[in-house]
Amino acid sequence: MVKPITVKPMSKVSGLDRRQAVAALLKDRGDLLVLCGLGSPSYDVHAAGDHDANYYLWGAMGAAALMGLGLAQARPERDVLVITGDGEQLMGLGGLATIAVAKPTNLTIVVIDNGHFGETGMQKSHTGHGLEIAKLAQACGLEARVLQSLEEIKASRTQLHRKSKGPRLYVIKVKAENVPRSLPPRDAVHLKNRFRTKLGLLLS
Amino acid sequence: MEFVSRTEGAVVALKVKGVRELVARARKAEGGQRKTLAGEAREWPLAVYHALREAGVRHMAFVPDAGHSELIQLFDADKNVTSNVLTTEEEGIAIASGAWLGGMRSVILMQSSGVGNCINMLSLATISRFPLLMLVTMRGEWAEFNPWQVPMGRATEPALNAIGVRTMRAEAPEELIEIVGSAATLAYEADQQIAVLISQRMLGRKKW
Repeated sequence: MVKPITVKPMSKVSGLDRRQAVAALLKDRGDLLVLCGLGSPSYDVHAAGDHDANYYLWGAMGAAALMGLGLAQARPERDVLVITGDGEQLMGLGGLATIAVAKPTNLTIVVIDNGHFGETGMQKSHTGHGLEIAKLAQACGLEARVLQSLEEIKASRTQLHRKSKGPRLYVIKVKAENVPRSLPPRDAVHLKNRFRTKLGLLLS
Repeated sequence: MEFVSRTEGAVVALKVKGVRELVARARKAEGGQRKTLAGEAREWPLAVYHALREAGVRHMAFVPDAGHSELIQLFDADKNVTSNVLTTEEEGIAIASGAWLGGMRSVILMQSSGVGNCINMLSLATISRFPLLMLVTMRGEWAEFNPWQVPMGRATEPALNAIGVRTMRAEAPEELIEIVGSAATLAYEADQQIAVLISQRMLGRKKW
């Protein structure tokens, strides 16, 4: 008989401050190429400092980690960091399997997990109902864990610049709160051209 | 038939009179190495593969379809191409967009039923003007035995057009090779989003 899975609802008040967590992650970012999923994680990345090597998604939910895969495959010499939310990653769960099979050694996905859909009225998400994205990612074959504190985030920062055996996924649990928005540019062509120029690529 | 495309930075002009001549050139270029492909009977996949490689494609993502099987084998066997197997077709749109952001030309292979899975994700390619080249094998339109393929087969072209993807339809192998070359230029040089629809009549009846 299969043992039923017990689901622990996530508290809205526990977890790290999301802005502090993302700022700690991006400190001394160096040559990192950064892609952000739709919603609050992109505001967090923008608040930490806009950068030509940032690409912010304003739609296409579920795309962020997979876009990271394509970028990591196209630029194996560079390190790629995807920062997204639980809701965005939940919409692309199959992508974790695709990424695991592809085995990029230069891709890290960080899921900023507040357990809620923050953009749409703070409805509880699957992770808020107890689902652990890190465990799912592990089951797919990614190196995955939860970063519990700012100290752990700082300690993991150097890993972002090191080649790994395969793709990594870190979950950072943050408080479910809407902090003041820090809006990145919404013009996707501008962002694309800025990013490609930073990489020294020709614009068509 | 003539098309001009770019290979790894070098511009190559190809003048061929049809699929057989291109295949003969491709086979000669390979020194007759390839003998055991499952799809020997169909020569167009090899010609399509070479047209895509001539266009500088070094990256591919697919959800399998019987109509694409030889092309998938050819890309899988090519050490200079990164291939990705997908759980659902929309993943390919995101992967190809990321690859272009990093400077790599990517192609996506899928069946018409998979187009339905892609629609919202296609907004990534259209709003960012990411070059997009999808090769779509059609179902539900010719000698189809499975009624479940019909609704999405009927919706494929209008759905793609509605989201802003241009469709180019091939009814015969010679036409397909020409269209793929043209579509590759439109996508990678002119930042267009193109789906090449390969007709079910050309692919033939599904054998059981």
